Amino acid sequence: MKVALFLPCYVDQFYPQVGIATLQLLNKLGVEVEYPLQQTCCGQPMANSGFEHLTPDCNSLFIKNFKDFDYIVCPSGSCTLHIKDHLHDETQENEATNIRKKIYELTEFLTDVLHVKNLTASFPHKVGLHQSCHGQRGLHLSQMTELTAAPFSKPEKLLRMVNGLTLVDLNRKDECCGFGGTFCVTEEAVSVKMGKDRITDHVQNDAEFITGGDMSCLMHLEGILRRQKSKVKVKHIAEILNSVKS
Amino acid sequence: MKSHSELAEKFNADEARVDWHDETLWWVRTKRDRMSHALPEWEQLRETASQIKNNVLSNLNEYLIRFEANASANGMIVHWAADAQEHNEIVLSLIKQQGVTQMVKSKSMLTEECHLNEYLEQNGIDVVDSDLGERVVQLAKEPPSHIVLPCIHKKKEEIGELFHEHLGTPKGNADPQFLTHAARLHLREKFLTRKVALTGVNFAIAETGEFVVCTNEGNADMGAHLAEVHIASMGIEKIIPQRKHLGVFLRILARSATGQPVTTYSSHFKKPREGKAIHIILVDNGRSVHLGRPDFRNALKCIRCGACMNTCPVYRRSGGHSYHTAIAGPIGSILAPNLDMKKYADLPFASTLCGSCSNVCPVKIDIHDQLYKWRQVIVKEGNVNTEKSVGVKAMSSVLSSPATYRASGKIGRWIMKHFPFVVNNKFNPWYKQREMPVPPKESFRDWYLKNKKA
Repeated sequence: MKVALFLPCYVDQFYPQVGIATLQLLNKLGVEVEYPLQQTCCGQPMANSGFEHLTPDCNSLFIKNFKDFDYIVCPSGSCTLHIKDHLHDETQENEATNIRKKIYELTEFLTDVLHVKNLTASFPHKVGLHQSCHGQRGLHLSQMTELTAAPFSKPEKLLRMVNGLTLVDLNRKDECCGFGGTFCVTEEAVSVKMGKDRITDHVQNDAEFITGGDMSCLMHLEGILRRQKSKVKVKHIAEILNSVKS
Repeated sequence: MKSHSELAEKFNADEARVDWHDETLWWVRTKRDRMSHALPEWEQLRETASQIKNNVLSNLNEYLIRFEANASANGMIVHWAADAQEHNEIVLSLIKQQGVTQMVKSKSMLTEECHLNEYLEQNGIDVVDSDLGERVVQLAKEPPSHIVLPCIHKKKEEIGELFHEHLGTPKGNADPQFLTHAARLHLREKFLTRKVALTGVNFAIAETGEFVVCTNEGNADMGAHLAEVHIASMGIEKIIPQRKHLGVFLRILARSATGQPVTTYSSHFKKPREGKAIHIILVDNGRSVHLGRPDFRNALKCIRCGACMNTCPVYRRSGGHSYHTAIAGPIGSILAPNLDMKKYADLPFASTLCGSCSNVCPVKIDIHDQLYKWRQVIVKEGNVNTEKSVGVKAMSSVLSSPATYRASGKIGRWIMKHFPFVVNNKFNPWYKQREMPVPPKESFRDWYLKNKKA
């Protein structure tokens, strides 16, 4: 199978270690992955700001980069959801539709396509899982507390395969962290307050690390943690699932 | 007019208060969860309610005509109001017909939307809101901050202060039971002396010409039963086809709103008593226009339970008044732009699009998807500032060109590393309370080119 790695633009630029961990993890699981070199962004920053009409160029570039693969894997629920919900192209709608069907967020690719049952990873720490809203409510990577429905969680299932890792329980299991794309600067006060409250929940429950499937949430939380000079660190779930005994 | 973000920033100046506001509403959300999770058929109830409302919206004209015919046959008088102005004029004329200058009113978000109180005051009518929370905000000369819990932004000490000033309770007494009793005595006098009472309408049944008013305090009943004339104001979307459908809506309304199995009073009004009159005012006020917007029409399914507000992490941390409209929170943010897109252009952006609102909505309105869609409409119609427009256009051209994107990324990281003060300053809203990411020495792509297997 031909698998492409799609990285969010800000991960490529600021968090290369997340891309590296994703690539290495998939390799370990026997998947050959290619990183199309001309990729940029899913277009969400424009679309969520109300400028979806400016995304056609981004969309056709995305299609050009990714149309020839069987699967596209992305270590971000948010970017994956954006492609799934909004990738269209008048001149090549068939290709766009195909891509919308074959793009997977990393954890769902591991649980639903690769059917991963165990991992060699080791991460002897107390970890809190921050569910990104787009991954959870958008892609249904885990059950949502608002619904009357049976619980499940794809990221949690994977984290439980990691040696030594203890998942901490949170008081609010799936509250938004307040990143929200441009919301984080246009609504700075509320955004930061939401982030601080998420952090407090993790800290009160003794998390040493906050992990999650979206580096954007974690970048926002990390910015606050570092300003607070907190000892708590953030780590993308790919880094934890790829970690080895040190 | 201050924007949501400016008002929210002001609200956040007192962090302890934000925590209190957030916890209070989260507690209501938790009660709602407990109630809804206890019903295995909950999701089925939501789906049924949603489908009934879809049917209503598709056949609204017929149901309204049927309702008018049946209500009239029952002896109630039906009025039609195209907008807020017409609604307010009808209410004023009905009060004047009675030769009185006073009216008692139970909770009605429609009258908030129509700014009825201000209008009546300007015309010399004294209006007393009889819902306890509404009375509190009325005494404070503020609008409600929540559609179900109008004074949820007020602490009991502040209410004690207000009651001391207006109702003469002892200074410093903030005991909820004591204050409620004082309000009860104060309102009882109003109920007994007012000849005209106005209530809202939760559900109007086309099949029978009846309507139902849900309250927890019984204040709608006290007002309506003691007055000569009962005026019931309703938005035209409040229609349901048949009486049996109440079995669905009454089960989901209070569970979603406050986590109660049912409202304390669900009062059915069918015909006036001997010598009394019931007037129903059917109000459009933008609803027909809303119905004509395919992407947004199903917002009219709303039954005003307020669950989307209680669950909204932004609402809980910005307060109802930051939405500067009668109906705050996520639902308000998708209703208001229909009424005035320019004035409310900021509201669809006052959200992280987390989607919790759509999940709690008992009639399955796709609230967060509509927020996204309103953003597109608002920008296309030109209700966006130039600065943002230029910024997004620049971002779009960078992200559409791989070479420009890579060059910009490289330059950006280099600047952040060598001249951090360029980004770490007061002009960068990110940096105000957060550190910027530490720029790595190379991008993933650079690493990949060096390390990938040949």
